[in-house]
Amino acid sequence: MSSPLTIFLIFVAVVLGISFWLGSKAKSAKGYYAAHGEIPWFVNGIAFAGDYLSAASFLGICGLIATGGYDGFLYSIGFLAGWVVALFVVAEPIKRLGRFTFADALDSQFDSRGIKLAAAISTLVVSIFYLIPQMVGAGAVMTSLLGWQHVWGVVAVGVVVTIIVATAGMVSTTWVQFIKGSVLVLLCTILSALILHRGLSTSPPGSAQRPFKPFVSTSVDTVAPDTGTMVIAEDGGWVGKPFVRVVDGPATGGMTVWRRNGDRLSECQTVVVSADKKTTTVNGVVLAPGVKAKEVLRPGGNISALPGGRSETGSLSPAAFLTTIQDSEINLWGSDKIKNADGSEITVYFQRPSSGEKIMQPGFGLFKGMSDPDHKTVGAGLYKDMEVSTVKKLDFISLMIALFCGTASLPHILIRYYTVRDQAAARKSTVVGIATIGFFYVLTLIIGLGAMTSGVLDVTDPTLSAPLLARSFGDLLFALIAAVAFTTILGTVSGLILAASGAVAHDLMTNVMKMAMDDHHKVMAGKVVAIIVGIIAMVLGVVFEAMNPSFLVGWAFSIAASANLPSLIMLLFWKRTTRQGITWAVVVGMISSLTWILVSADTYKKVYGWPEADALVPFSQPGLVTIPLGFLVLIVVSLMTRGSARPPIPAPAG
Amino acid sequence: MTDDTTAAAEAEVRRATRFGMILFLLYLALYAGFVGIATFRPALMGVRPFGGVNLAIWYGMVLIVAPLVLAGIYLVLCRRRSGA
Repeated sequence: MSSPLTIFLIFVAVVLGISFWLGSKAKSAKGYYAAHGEIPWFVNGIAFAGDYLSAASFLGICGLIATGGYDGFLYSIGFLAGWVVALFVVAEPIKRLGRFTFADALDSQFDSRGIKLAAAISTLVVSIFYLIPQMVGAGAVMTSLLGWQHVWGVVAVGVVVTIIVATAGMVSTTWVQFIKGSVLVLLCTILSALILHRGLSTSPPGSAQRPFKPFVSTSVDTVAPDTGTMVIAEDGGWVGKPFVRVVDGPATGGMTVWRRNGDRLSECQTVVVSADKKTTTVNGVVLAPGVKAKEVLRPGGNISALPGGRSETGSLSPAAFLTTIQDSEINLWGSDKIKNADGSEITVYFQRPSSGEKIMQPGFGLFKGMSDPDHKTVGAGLYKDMEVSTVKKLDFISLMIALFCGTASLPHILIRYYTVRDQAAARKSTVVGIATIGFFYVLTLIIGLGAMTSGVLDVTDPTLSAPLLARSFGDLLFALIAAVAFTTILGTVSGLILAASGAVAHDLMTNVMKMAMDDHHKVMAGKVVAIIVGIIAMVLGVVFEAMNPSFLVGWAFSIAASANLPSLIMLLFWKRTTRQGITWAVVVGMISSLTWILVSADTYKKVYGWPEADALVPFSQPGLVTIPLGFLVLIVVSLMTRGSARPPIPAPAG
Repeated sequence: MTDDTTAAAEAEVRRATRFGMILFLLYLALYAGFVGIATFRPALMGVRPFGGVNLAIWYGMVLIVAPLVLAGIYLVLCRRRSGA
């Protein structure tokens, strides 16, 4: 048995064991949803980190940094900045107002079924949107760890998590998150130290299983000396592309693809799928059945030139590590899909030499073009006259606003304020959470850049950059990182399912439909709902397989911020807020952000496979428009319904 | 809960809310500065003020460390006032 599998099984067994043992103590509804309000603040603080450092934080951000440099780090900054809102603006009142759920807090002064219904539905929608990337990440980890198919990875996580939640509730969820949060931060510290100790090199080792192969960049004459080689004329989808196809003479007949870069040609990798989709050829070799293209493609990502012409640096301090990357040239990978004249489809993966200077600033990855002064237009569709840099700037500002406002509006973060005894404990555990998460996000920069330069990247998919980087330090570290990534997903998913189950069983069934349930039935109902939500999450995790987890989390943040934040803030700071105002703000914020996402260019391209140019909105992140819209709706509706006077603020509930 | 402790708890919440708001606005200014520079003066992000590390990295690190510093100040403020 392989060691990753053994370690993985031990990890899951220990976590499940703790969950069952602690869960046997939680019998009441307060125990199930709020862990009796008796979790020690330090444990709760690390559990905050455990909840928060989800598959998206760990896998997604490292992947985004490894492929997009600083633009990925923007997610780290925004995810942490959101805690400032959570601690300074939301923590005190939410603890004072609520009992189990976000809807309780919003509704505490009104007793309105409309508010409860709207808040419960928004909790459900946000939880499910946040669940999708976790499940996608789960599938990716299991595929790499055990070679399972994506769908079985998703099912495995779904089943284990549903068991955890259905048996135990918030007590065990909290302890699972505590263990996972601690181990994750510890392992990432070790990984970062190893990266700095190894230093940077123009010929990184790669891993034992997948040693790095240096890629060629050379002059035209070397690739096609005139005897026996032949350059194929551009036809089909190749017309106008910067690629050259070369046939190595009649003896082998093999074809290689090169990318023109000035007067030099750089080596590409290719995946060809035949017209009948029956054969796949990777780098000229036909794939055996059961083997995936990514197992044959060579890993990439290396430094092509270190400052001063050195070939390696030796151990580096964190600052020297960053400055060296700024002064280096780095080989990243891009890809292009081309239809051949014979109906087959080829994906060309090409080297993209990039300046470290540019990589280490905003506007290289996701927001490429943001800081370019030239006046390129988007070129098509409804927004054909908008400049690229304007669109990207709006997208950037919108994301930064959504991340800033989103954390404090996430239902699974909000419910953690109910698991400690009082305000002082809530404050202290938030500070512990912030310290842990902040430290972790500093590490993501080193790990992401380490993955970018260690010759380990899967050129088809950056999601597993961090585990693949760990593998270059040996199997043990890989096994541990993969196991922690998996439990990361387990923990976050269980917190989310719990929040969703609370929304349905407590808010919808008890408070909106007025179903009379005693404590025992309430817990039972919560568990049944947890199982149903678990199944929904598994289905969506399979459907959204191709999406980047961090990207999907960005959406969940946008919806949470648009639907929940305006009501939360105005309720606390504007005395004339009415129940109708809150209800409408939640509904409009949720529907507008969801709609924006569904008609944006990114969804058109990556989910439906439609042309980006047809998208109905110019940039993909909705926050810039939909968060202010939520505030506006709340204010207008509140002013229109002024007659319904607001009851006095109740005394703190202790 | 007696009326006395209720009143004290309410006063504590009011003070904590005010401190929280001030610290929040401080951070908001810092964050808005970052987004503003990246949007309107992107070239500034490449400047290397000290240590050879560019402004983008420095500012990013400040944005990550600042919440912890502010949170520490907040805890001390809340504790001192409620103890007094």
